[in-house]
Formats: sequence, C-alpha cells, structure tokens
Amino acid sequence: MSEFEPKIIAFVCNWCTYAGADLTGTSRIKYAQNVKIIRFPCTGRIDFMLLLKSFSEGADGIIVSGCHPNDCHYTSGNFHARRRWIMFRGLLDLLGIDVRRIQYSWVSAAEGSKWADVVNSTVATIRELGPYTDYAKVAGYLEKEAKL
Amino acid sequence: MMDLIKRATELLESDAVKVVIGYGKGSSTDRTRAIFVTQVADCENLVFNSQCIHNLAVYLTKAEIKKLGKPAIVAPVPVLRSILQLAAENQLTENDLVILGVTPESQLIEFESFAGIETFLDTHRIKIDQKYQETIEKIRSMPVAERFAWWVKELEPCFKCYACRSACPLCYCTRCTVENNQPQWISVASHPLGNLEWHVMRAMHLAGRCTDCEACYNACPMGIPIHLLTKSMLQDVNENFGTYGPTLKKDNTLSSFKPDDKESFIR
Repeated sequence: MSEFEPKIIAFVCNWCTYAGADLTGTSRIKYAQNVKIIRFPCTGRIDFMLLLKSFSEGADGIIVSGCHPNDCHYTSGNFHARRRWIMFRGLLDLLGIDVRRIQYSWVSAAEGSKWADVVNSTVATIRELGPYTDYAKVAGYLEKEAKL
Repeated sequence: MMDLIKRATELLESDAVKVVIGYGKGSSTDRTRAIFVTQVADCENLVFNSQCIHNLAVYLTKAEIKKLGKPAIVAPVPVLRSILQLAAENQLTENDLVILGVTPESQLIEFESFAGIETFLDTHRIKIDQKYQETIEKIRSMPVAERFAWWVKELEPCFKCYACRSACPLCYCTRCTVENNQPQWISVASHPLGNLEWHVMRAMHLAGRCTDCEACYNACPMGIPIHLLTKSMLQDVNENFGTYGPTLKKDNTLSSFKPDDKESFIR
C-alpha cells in the first residue's frame, strides 16, 4: 500500500500569506505538494462554514493563514478573524471535531520560509493523524444510503 | 397576578399601548402559551407562574406583531436579558415599548429605559447551572472520536424543523442561510452532516450574543441538548474576553476586538 498523502486546503489572505507563498516559490524553497491554496481578500472574509465544507469534501487538514496582527490591509480584518477562530475552535472541540487538523498561522509577505515551514509541519501532523475518516463517514452518509 | 392585569388594563384603556404580549393559559394545566391582548376585556386572561418559560422577546421583532402597534411585554429575567441584547443590536427603541418586568420574586417592576434594565440585571447575572457545567466538562473529557460519535448520535433525531431558530429572540434575520437552496448550503435532509452543520452554524451565529434563556432547548420537539453548545460558548466568551451576558455597550464578541486578544494556537 502506498503511503497516505494528506489532502490539505489552505485558506489564505491575498495581502500577506498569498504573497508569502509566492515568495516561497520565487525563493525556490521546496515544500510539500499536498496543499491546495484558496485565496481570499482577507482572513476576516473566511466563513467558518468553509472550513467544515472542506472536511466534508474530503480534506484531511486545513491551514488558515493571514496577516500578522496590526498588519491587516483592511486594518482590522484579522483581529475579527482571530476572535472568530477562538470561538469556533472552542465549539469544534466540544463537538469532537479534531482541532489538531486545523492549523492557524500568521505569515507575512516577507516570510516565504515560514510558509514552507507551516505547510511542512502541518503535512507531517496530518500524516501522523491519518485520513479524516470520522468526518468523511458522516459526510458520505447519503451516498452510502443510496448504494444500499 | 393582579398587579399585572391591573397595569395591562390601564395601559390598554389609556391607549398607551395597542397590544400586551404576555402569558395565558395553555392547552393543559401544566402549560402556558403566549397571548396577545388587544382588548381591555381580555386582560383577565393574563397569567404568570413558574410555567411561563417561553421567551416572549422573540415576538418583538416579528413583522406580524409590529403591525399591531406599540406593545407592552411581560418580561421575566430571561426576557429582560434578550430585550437588552436586542437593544444593543439596535433592534428596539426605548419609546416604542413598555416593559412590564417581573422579578424572580414575582414582583412587577416597570422599566422606563434600557439602562434601567441593565442596572437591574447587574444584580441578576447569568449563571450556568452546576449540572450543565458538569455535563460540558464530561463531554470535553471524552476522547475526540468518542465525543464526535456522541454528538452525531445526539443530533440524529434533528429533522430541521428550525423550532430552535423560531423560538430564539436573537435569530431575527428575515432571511436565513438554510432557506437558500441555490446552492443548498446546508442539507435539509435529516442526516448527520446537515444536522452537524446546522447546529454549528446556529451556535456560531449566537456566539457572544446568546443570553442563555434555553428557549431553543425548550422548543426542540426531540429534546436535543443544543443549549449545551451555546452554554459552552458562553463559558468560552467569559474565559477569553471576560464578558458574560448582555450589556448596552455595542461590543458583541464577534463584532468587536481588542488588539491584544489572547490565543495560544496561532503560529
């Protein structure tokens, strides 16, 4: 059996992390290929439901990343996002959704190497945790019913 | 409760209000229901006792009730909390409402202003019951997979009647994401994924706003313990941001921030 390759979705903000990930590329820093990046105008725009939707569509892990505090292009988007994440994380934890599968980070446009680091370490964590079958089972409930 | 009936009669007689939103006899002796009194003669139908658990504040934002004209509302403590939160969210104006507060000792106390409610509630703070705290603790101490399985099972009876939403005074949007079916954001079928997503969304939209009246839980025909979600979030708000319960300050948890908010999980 081939080694498990985690599917990871990254929700990143346009102004810092996306530019940072670009820098990782232009600096020719190699990092894990498991990540699919989705660009948002701001971390404040990332609806909590999108994270759940990623899991139900088969993601094994999620990265959410944006500008460092005080660096938001829209002044306060990341501050609002931070509060939302604090609340969301508590709720997910209560519900038994594995919060270790969601990595939050601040990566600025100058931190190309930090981005590579964040991705690599997240991939390593998820590789250890294995595929997110608990959630997939719940998400695939209807299809399984149809097949019966 | 004679005081209440007397005052309601006065208000309707003098035309100070057009409708009194209160509690009346229910379909059996152990139940009450909301009644909307518009005639002086009907004031005697008003009752108040320990069975009055509905949160009447839910009606204040409904178009059908607004149409009746200026209301007076019978408001025990949970209703007062909801009124205060609605006021903080600019959903109510002081002069368009007569608030017939009822203290836990069943004394009538009329409020002239929202600030008056705020002062009153300072001495009647939200307190999460010990038994709920213990239940939440117990759930949190389960291993993650077991916890997930527990919730999937608990949420299983949910068939999306949205009674929890209808009963909640703070779920006052006239259009809701779950009614949107192009695309269908949250499945309406009674299956685990849609159930989970609906309850996550409901809880998140009430984060930092919920006043712990338990109307959602009381309304649920299947008795799903959805109030545990909002109670746990209330604890989280308190732990992280140090606020607990409604105030007139317009700084709801998720619509405000502090530059030095603390967390421990962001790299």
